[in-house]
Amino acid sequence: MSETRVVVEVMLKPEILDPQGRAVKGAFARLGFEGVADIRQGKRFELTIEGDLTADRIVALETLAGTLLCNPVIEDYRIVSVEGAA
Amino acid sequence: MTSRIGVVTFPGSLDDRDAARAIRAAGGDPIALWHGDADLPDVAAVILPGGFSYGDYLRCGAIARFAPIMEQIIARANDGMPVLGICNGFQILCESHLLPGALTRNDHLHFICRDQRLRIESTNTSWTSDFTAGQEIVIPLKNGEGGYIADDATLDILESEGRVVATYVGPNPNGSRRAIAGITNARGNVVGIMPHPEHAIEALTGPTTDGLPFFTSVLTSLLASR
Repeated sequence: MSETRVVVEVMLKPEILDPQGRAVKGAFARLGFEGVADIRQGKRFELTIEGDLTADRIVALETLAGTLLCNPVIEDYRIVSVEGAA
Repeated sequence: MTSRIGVVTFPGSLDDRDAARAIRAAGGDPIALWHGDADLPDVAAVILPGGFSYGDYLRCGAIARFAPIMEQIIARANDGMPVLGICNGFQILCESHLLPGALTRNDHLHFICRDQRLRIESTNTSWTSDFTAGQEIVIPLKNGEGGYIADDATLDILESEGRVVATYVGPNPNGSRRAIAGITNARGNVVGIMPHPEHAIEALTGPTTDGLPFFTSVLTSLLASR
């Protein structure tokens, strides 16, 4: 059976403070890497889906990405790649 | 019926037993509810307790919000049933969109655990009617992701409509916008609060008994609405 690989990225909205990203940025400076203006930490979901992604399933996937994978109050999602789709 | 208050146990719930104990101390009958049950038994109100439902995977409360029991709780809450979400329960209520905004990681990144002073800002809810407006209380606060955030328009609406239930007194412990510790919905039946009233119901185990009125309030409001 064919497989479709989908990658979804979830990031905090730009206006939402990201204390984890800020802490990582602080570690960059402590480790001698200067000049980092900003670091934002996000999530990456790699989905392996059996079969082809039909138009209906893409709609359903978008719905789940916008409700389960991200909280639209504070986060944005982006489907960054779809490989193997018909 | 009016004294039967459900407490949901999710995988990873910690404070379900303390919540049940607080209901009993207030004179109610706690009813244990299981996250995987689709049917909500005969209860007059529901508490979503603190803890780390589903290990806080994905986001705090994000998976619990889709638990089978939540479908009926969300429907009944929209019909006016009193629902109290404490800590992780508050996060679940926000993820369920029963309450606006979201809880994010404490701005200082540390887990916090201490007795916290709060001011009760609204007594116009099913869960705070036994307080007096402006009353200051001390109850435990323990969370890693307790920073309440919402956009300014939402915060303005919450404040202008008297829907901020409690605020932190003194230094802001977690970066919550406008020092908000708890909020309610437009109807006043759904309340989310980050600190833990169920841990402050008797002198033996709590810093105070200041948490008890949350639980007597709902019994009072259920009797009044019968």
